[in-house]
Amino acid sequence: MIGLVDGNNFYVSCERVFKPSLQGVPVGVLSNNDGCVIARSQELKALGIAMGTPAFKLEAQVRRGELFLLSSNYELYGDMSSRVLEVLQEFSPDVAPYSIDEMFIHLDGHQTNECLEIGRSIHARVRRYTGIPVCVGLAPTHTLAKLANHAAKVDRHHRGVCLLAGDDAATRGVLQRTPVNAVWGVGRRLAERLAAGGIKTAWELRCSDIKTLRRRFSVTLARTAMELGGTPCLDMNAFDQPRQRIMTSRSFGRATGAWADVQEAVRHHAQRGAEKLRAQNSLARAVLVFLNTNRHRRDLPQSFPHVVAELPYPTQESRQIIATAQRALRQAYRPRYRYMKAGVMLLDLVDAANYQMPLLGTPPDAAESTRNRQLMETLDSINRTMGHGTIAFGLARRQAAWPLRCGHLSRRYTTRWNELLEVST
Amino acid sequence: MDLTTPAIPATACSLPYPIALGRTGFSGFPSPSQDYEMRRLDLNQRLVKQPAATFYLSVTGDSMEALGIQANDLLIVDRSIPPRPGHILVAMVEGEIVVKRYETRRGQPFLCSSNPRYPPIPLEDSDCQVWGVVRAVIHEYPL
Repeated sequence: MIGLVDGNNFYVSCERVFKPSLQGVPVGVLSNNDGCVIARSQELKALGIAMGTPAFKLEAQVRRGELFLLSSNYELYGDMSSRVLEVLQEFSPDVAPYSIDEMFIHLDGHQTNECLEIGRSIHARVRRYTGIPVCVGLAPTHTLAKLANHAAKVDRHHRGVCLLAGDDAATRGVLQRTPVNAVWGVGRRLAERLAAGGIKTAWELRCSDIKTLRRRFSVTLARTAMELGGTPCLDMNAFDQPRQRIMTSRSFGRATGAWADVQEAVRHHAQRGAEKLRAQNSLARAVLVFLNTNRHRRDLPQSFPHVVAELPYPTQESRQIIATAQRALRQAYRPRYRYMKAGVMLLDLVDAANYQMPLLGTPPDAAESTRNRQLMETLDSINRTMGHGTIAFGLARRQAAWPLRCGHLSRRYTTRWNELLEVST
Repeated sequence: MDLTTPAIPATACSLPYPIALGRTGFSGFPSPSQDYEMRRLDLNQRLVKQPAATFYLSVTGDSMEALGIQANDLLIVDRSIPPRPGHILVAMVEGEIVVKRYETRRGQPFLCSSNPRYPPIPLEDSDCQVWGVVRAVIHEYPL
């Protein structure tokens, strides 16, 4: 059996653990720079406020006290997520985080009814230990577990835990009620093509001929259909695969045309990207740098340049990546524009463990590359233990335009000594 | 305490094992302590039994001073402990988080302060919820 444990309105729930006055009222969490709503409490959803609503459109309601908006506090959400993970590890050694608020837990060797018991314990224990409410979906396959989790969330009678055995009436009922586009891995386009072929529900997809699906659509869809039938055929490794590109970007707190601001932001993003690259042990072959002006200011000149610069050789070394990103930036930057956003994308990633240096080209000599690797390892381990940005390349200026604008930031209750929750006696 | 350094999550830091001094140099004698190698005492191990459920909170107010909880003290709160009468609790009362002692008086549960100026809060028919149980209080002296 596989369980999918998913935090209910995870970001909002993290905030509510430390601020009970937010319970039962409409709460939204905003994107970086307080741009738009990226997470909503049930009450905010009920008000009909959509995902992605710009914060400024809600200002009046916030002032009247009808709803509460918070800046995103990723340090807190990250720590709460790892606490949830730790609790799950008490139930099984095989837990795989799929995103910050979703985790797969593998419960091999248990009877079906035992699994339901374990699911109920997970539901209760995560809530008690961490304060985060979760829903648990249990099923023989990842795809069904995802549907079970959804059912646990929307049907109150499940009380947060739903088990779909794969071959029973309950599974059939859920599949018949699920439109095919709500199945994991079936996008809108694919759903339209399926509908044209008479497949509108998850149940109809499950009953389709596997060979025909493979021929007319794809192997992936055929696998999805088998997963819906209770035959596991998704390898969990598929989720852990290193990403093919790494993107780091952020809006400036205010539009800026200053070279120093833009350069500093790109340097920061290049470093952060290189760090992510090393965390998944990949090498990048090229760097893309882009700049955006504010699309909504029609009165100002617009420019959305992006420049790709090739790295001298595939690398994960920060200085090389920063230097190449700066070179690309010099080509992209024009002084008369007011830029709103800058970003760095690392492209054409290859696995560092399997990579072989080409015969031609200019690989760095062995001693040099060992020294570089050691430097990066030291850098990463210091930043890991002492906090992000303890050691960085170049100094950030005090008045820099790019740091986050976060007007409604809650405290980092679990990761900073000077931001602990205060309780009155 | 240096407040500018981030608090490393309790789970991430146990004290390291001391270096095993098996032999002193090439031809020295084996250290007589070899058979007694132990982990150095670790406060995390003693006070943080359930890292995932342990939170640090800081104290304001004077109503718990007689029970040894002063303003600015650090509370180690364990959410995994089932509360029993006599425990010091962190509880949510009317949207606020407070520290009180959980007591039963004439069979009725109350949240009590150590200071008689603050009346006990009856738990019967209230929407008060337990947040966690205080496992330890740390009082640091200014040095």
